[in-house]
Amino acid sequence: MSSLHLAIPPLPALMAQLFIGLINGAFYAMLSLGLAVIFGMLGIVNFTHGAQYMMGAFAAYLLLNFLGIGYWWSLLLAPIIVGAFGTVLERLFIRHLYRLDPLYGLLLTFGLALIVEGLFRQEWGSSGLPYSIPQELTGAHNLGFMFLPNYRAWVIVASAGICLATWFVIERTRLGSYLRAATENPTLVQAFGINVPRMITITYGFGVGLAALGGVMAAPIYQVSPLMGSNIIIVVFAVVVIGGMGSILGSIVSGFVLGLIEGLTKVFYPEASSTAIFVIMAIVLLVKPAGLFGRELG
Amino acid sequence: MNRKQLAAASLAALGVALGAGSAAAQMSGKPIKIGVLSDMSSLYADLGGPGSVAAAQMAAKDFGGTVAGVPIQVVSADHQNKPDVGKAIVQRWIDEDGVDAVVDVPTSSVALAVQDLMKEKGKVFLISGAASSDLTGKACSPTGVHWTYDTYALAHGTGAAMVKQGGDTWFFITADYAFGHALQRDTAEVVTKAGGKVLGSVDVPLNNADFSSFLLQAQQSKAKIIGLANAGGDTDNSIKQAAEFGIVAGGQKLAGLLVFISDVNALGLPVAQGLVLTEAFYWDQTDETRTWSKRFMEQMKKPPTMAQAGVYGAVTHYLKAIAAANTDDGPKVVAKMRELPINDFMTKNGTLREDGRVMRDMYLFQVKTPAESKYAFDYYKQLATIPADQAFRPLSESECPLVKKG
Amino acid sequence: MTRALAARTEPSSLGGRALAAALLAMAVAAPFVFYPVFLMKALCFALFACAFNLLIGYVGLASFGHAAFFGWASYMTAYSVKYWALSPVAGILAGTALAAVMGAAFGWLAIRRQGIYFAMVTLALAQMVYFVALEAKFTGGEDGIQAVPRGTILGLIDLNQPLVMYYFVLAVFLVGFAIIMRAINSPFGQVLKAIRENEPRAVSLGYRADHYKLLAFILSATLSGLAGATKALVFQLASLTDVYWGTSGDVLLMTLLGGIGTVLGPVLGAFTMVAMENYLAQFGSWVTVIQGVIFVVCVLTFRRGVVGEIARRWPRWQARLTGRDAALDRH
Repeated sequence: MSSLHLAIPPLPALMAQLFIGLINGAFYAMLSLGLAVIFGMLGIVNFTHGAQYMMGAFAAYLLLNFLGIGYWWSLLLAPIIVGAFGTVLERLFIRHLYRLDPLYGLLLTFGLALIVEGLFRQEWGSSGLPYSIPQELTGAHNLGFMFLPNYRAWVIVASAGICLATWFVIERTRLGSYLRAATENPTLVQAFGINVPRMITITYGFGVGLAALGGVMAAPIYQVSPLMGSNIIIVVFAVVVIGGMGSILGSIVSGFVLGLIEGLTKVFYPEASSTAIFVIMAIVLLVKPAGLFGRELG
Repeated sequence: MNRKQLAAASLAALGVALGAGSAAAQMSGKPIKIGVLSDMSSLYADLGGPGSVAAAQMAAKDFGGTVAGVPIQVVSADHQNKPDVGKAIVQRWIDEDGVDAVVDVPTSSVALAVQDLMKEKGKVFLISGAASSDLTGKACSPTGVHWTYDTYALAHGTGAAMVKQGGDTWFFITADYAFGHALQRDTAEVVTKAGGKVLGSVDVPLNNADFSSFLLQAQQSKAKIIGLANAGGDTDNSIKQAAEFGIVAGGQKLAGLLVFISDVNALGLPVAQGLVLTEAFYWDQTDETRTWSKRFMEQMKKPPTMAQAGVYGAVTHYLKAIAAANTDDGPKVVAKMRELPINDFMTKNGTLREDGRVMRDMYLFQVKTPAESKYAFDYYKQLATIPADQAFRPLSESECPLVKKG
Repeated sequence: MTRALAARTEPSSLGGRALAAALLAMAVAAPFVFYPVFLMKALCFALFACAFNLLIGYVGLASFGHAAFFGWASYMTAYSVKYWALSPVAGILAGTALAAVMGAAFGWLAIRRQGIYFAMVTLALAQMVYFVALEAKFTGGEDGIQAVPRGTILGLIDLNQPLVMYYFVLAVFLVGFAIIMRAINSPFGQVLKAIRENEPRAVSLGYRADHYKLLAFILSATLSGLAGATKALVFQLASLTDVYWGTSGDVLLMTLLGGIGTVLGPVLGAFTMVAMENYLAQFGSWVTVIQGVIFVVCVLTFRRGVVGEIARRWPRWQARLTGRDAALDRH
């Protein structure tokens, strides 16, 4: 039922939907962060990101159901496992494309995403598998205008923390400065004795690990499904483009803000909530294609 | 050489004899092929899916593997809940593979597309999984047989029961396609006729994972009953997440308008206890259902849903009709299905109406608490029986053009 | 100089004519050998891929949103034929016209950007219209527009007969294909080629590059719409799948596999993909896996696609197959 509510909704309704929006925004931020890191450092538009997010969720599911390893350990193990898989992909396929138009990287990773999703779908179908909220985070707090489940509050806090930590490492530490230098001028940095190809591989693995971490955190909320990657990847692209394709800070801020905007739209015009992000994406691309925080690519 | 010629001649003679025999019988001589079209991999796979295929195969085997002198073959395919995929599969089945009947098809949008095609081609459509009452309403077909349940029955079962318990304000969370809209429409009718009010509704895409914002809207509406006009995985997620957000603790009740035993199995009794639901079949109702279900469970390891039991019943009745009428021509077989009463483990004295609706009793169940459940899959207690003439839309209200009025 | 250039780009030699005649004969005989519905689907997608190829192969712009034109034309045709009782030809024209208008709007916005930004703009715009299709009542959402009547042409030609419908679809495909060939081998096509090879130089010669790119975009969108409109009548159904971004990916894969910038490549790619989906459908998700593998292989080692590789091996066929000058090939 299409309905545009032009009257100002009650504050509780507004606040509640904004919170939900913030939760979605947390995932957008984490995923677009990984994408921005990879694009900023490698110049590759990693379409496989969604599939790697899905693999993270599945890693958590499989760790729990086959090895009895719970949520907290999965937060550590899943990103490592999937990140390692990512480095294999980088070594075998992606590194051949660095000198080419970024479009080729997009096509290649799109193909890889199809392969991964197809394999998972073949094995597990396309509806969600259950993953319970970890015992320590069940329950909810009554905020008055809504019950905020503890787990979802944790998601907001944890992802904000991870995003800021990543930003800090890349922008404010020596390791980060090596990474940034290696991207801008690999030959010169290599001349300084730094193993640039290995740094690039590790960076890709790190970006993938971030996606997988998002997947583990998503598992109790969004259910573990082979489709969860392709459902979210297009929105995440929009977020990255809006924030600025190579900008770490841009993707974090845009992620949360766009989640909020989505939540806001749900209050006034629920059916347009998904469209809102793409409208903004189109506007940004036409007005400032480098994104709100980005630098124009040379 | 001689022996070969003799053998050839005998075969030819035999063929002539058989041919002469069957000419009078109007069977085309080709095997009877039954296509099980279901959701094999997504959110409805547990209520239909591979279980429906198993049920159809059981029916073919129990019938003896042949009917009216020709073998019975069962094929299957996955419609992925997409009307274009389902329609294309059935089109190829009919045009190229000689399929005579299609059975199951959960997901009403696919069922409507297939119904349209089957009407055009004059082939039999045995609907078990799909729910929309439009299949015997404005989209009715002379070769369509709506076997198991429909949204009207659900509305007059669960809907009416919830209203009677004092639920006079409703908010719907609706799967945004043919089934959800039909279920919402039929239930809203029941609510308003009983003097209640529908405070609002929200449409949700099919196969949705996160219901939080929709549940919050339902919570804000302060409606006494939140009607879940969805099914399968969507219903499971809605119920689980409602618990997370303290919906029920806050005083509102959830009405699972379409809940299968597969959902209760997936949710577990601690979460599902107390749910009121309407079904056409429960494995533990009678000795007959228990015997059949135990055979099913040996293969599938899970209790049969009403859709899967319905597939068995529909296929068996179809085969009986072919044998009785000695023809595989679609409309003629369905006419014979109307003549023959339906009596099997699941249905007692059921009849097939002219709009394609199978008239059967429906049952109101409630999910047991964990304490009340004594053995594996002991999930339901029966609250009431809804007789067929109350469960399904009376012909006087029907929009089906096949129904002669007055 | 100009005569040599003309000779290389006009596929009018004896070999080219023979190839065309052979393909036409195959097309006419095909429905007696293969399942007509499968052939019709392949033809619609072949036209879609050729239209897509016009943009990516001859202008160098990779669009990620072509499903918008394909799908919305399909909806328009389905709706107009079912609810406004338009004749099939009128319905197809209505759908194509809608695609043209959308192409003009999208193109005007997207042409301002290049390369990957252009791709992202088209993706964003396509996603917007996808959600409109999902939410709007008249598209039927998940149900789609069903039971679309095929009708008759001029009351004489009954499109409900599979063979008749097939030849109609073949005719539509040939018309679209001819338009594309004409565009490529015209002065317009030459300017596009010049823009693709060296845009600043073309601009310095006085050609308004953006103007030409926009025209090419509109043409590509319109013919994609023609394909979608026809498909609605073939399947008598318009659904969300047609506007979904996966369909944009499909047409990209078909063109990549067949050969970007070749004339016959997209056709081959389309037939291969549709055949694969058709005959491997029972293997479920393996089709997706295979599609992914083809993508990966094509991008890493096979960038010219099947027809492109053939053209490279047999330079005599170069011009006929690609409509392009070997010397200007910049891979």
